[in-house]
Amino acid sequence: MKVSFKLNGRPVEVDVEPNEILLDTLRLKLGVTSVKRGCERGECGVCTVLLDGEPAYSCLLLTAQVEGREVVTVEGLRGDELAEKIARSLVEQGAVQCGFCTPGFILTIYAGLKKGLIKNVEDAKKLIEGNLCRCTGYLKILKAVEKLLA
Amino acid sequence: MFYKLPSFEYFKARSVGEALELAGKIGDYRFLAGGTDLLVDLKIGRYKPRAILDIGGLRELSYIINDGSRVRIGALTRLEDILRSSVVRERLPLLHEAVYHMASWQIRSVATIGGNIGNASPAADTAPPLLVHDAIVKTRSVRGERAVRLEEFIQGPRRTLLEPGEMIVEFEVPASPGLEEYWAYRKFGRRSAFTLSVVGLAVGAEFLEGSPVFKVSLNSVAPKPVRARSVEEYLKGKTLTDSVIETASKIVQQDISPITDVRATAEYRRHLATVLLKDALKEIAGRLRR
Repeated sequence: MKVSFKLNGRPVEVDVEPNEILLDTLRLKLGVTSVKRGCERGECGVCTVLLDGEPAYSCLLLTAQVEGREVVTVEGLRGDELAEKIARSLVEQGAVQCGFCTPGFILTIYAGLKKGLIKNVEDAKKLIEGNLCRCTGYLKILKAVEKLLA
Repeated sequence: MFYKLPSFEYFKARSVGEALELAGKIGDYRFLAGGTDLLVDLKIGRYKPRAILDIGGLRELSYIINDGSRVRIGALTRLEDILRSSVVRERLPLLHEAVYHMASWQIRSVATIGGNIGNASPAADTAPPLLVHDAIVKTRSVRGERAVRLEEFIQGPRRTLLEPGEMIVEFEVPASPGLEEYWAYRKFGRRSAFTLSVVGLAVGAEFLEGSPVFKVSLNSVAPKPVRARSVEEYLKGKTLTDSVIETASKIVQQDISPITDVRATAEYRRHLATVLLKDALKEIAGRLRR
């Protein structure tokens, strides 16, 4: 079946199976490799995308579900001032180690700041609950957000 | 690939009418609202339907209406919309609190209240607050509308009164000044964030001719989320003294029948039910004294 949606600002049309998940469509058909395959059951957050501006797990979305909607990954945020600031802050605080979780964190933090939902570190702590990082212990990630808020 | 979804046909409904018509025609289907539970269940092989009927795009069922003595919530209202609703925060604070502790932002921005209840998990976190509020489930089919008490609607693990071709359209949640102020919510999971309930508990007080009537509900301690009727009966007409709270928190054992599973043993759940209820009642007693 054909599914059309907006990916990183550009309209795309893909031919998918009804049981195809967005994660596979993005990685295998559209070459979007910042979206990672992790737990595949909505627990780890490495497959996070922005769906109409809010973070969602691409492993728990059928591609057919995003018909007519807008999907954003970090590829689409290249050159975006806020996203670049977030990335820089994460790097400066040493919050990027293996890097596997980083695109997901950037998207969640980006959406949180963009929507005004992150006003302090406590807000950030709450909103990144759905992104796991096994390297940093989160302190450096939160420190990076704190620096952005300062 | 670790998990593979089974094959199915996919239908997207453009209106409630079309959804009901499709459901009647397809027969062997599962509704997809947000899909955050359904896709996991399909991946682990819990269901093998011939078709998936996607109703997630039906905006007409996404709303929160402050309607005098009650709040009406559309079945396809996303958890994140419930969390951000000032109507829910002010009039149904127990529901606000429960949703705050549910899942993660990524899940809440897709998952719906109708999906949480329709999935009928014993651990459904929206259930205890809705049960305390004596919520009514409104359903629709080509035969017409039905209104069923939530307590009866959920029959057991993954079982509801929903008939083939019938869908949940709305939750009608009675609100009261008592429950806006005198409530306590507890959720105990294996970790503090983004976790499934090992035991969840909602307690509230309403007022009948000036004296409090307590309502208590728990999840993950029985085949379905339950009201603790023995506790409520015992508390009738009583003041929440330390000894009354002590006794009430023991009586809750009569209202629950937990099992041992991957998250906790039955014994531990029994222990938690008593400890959490004692804690919650103490919080309400403190507010009542003010």
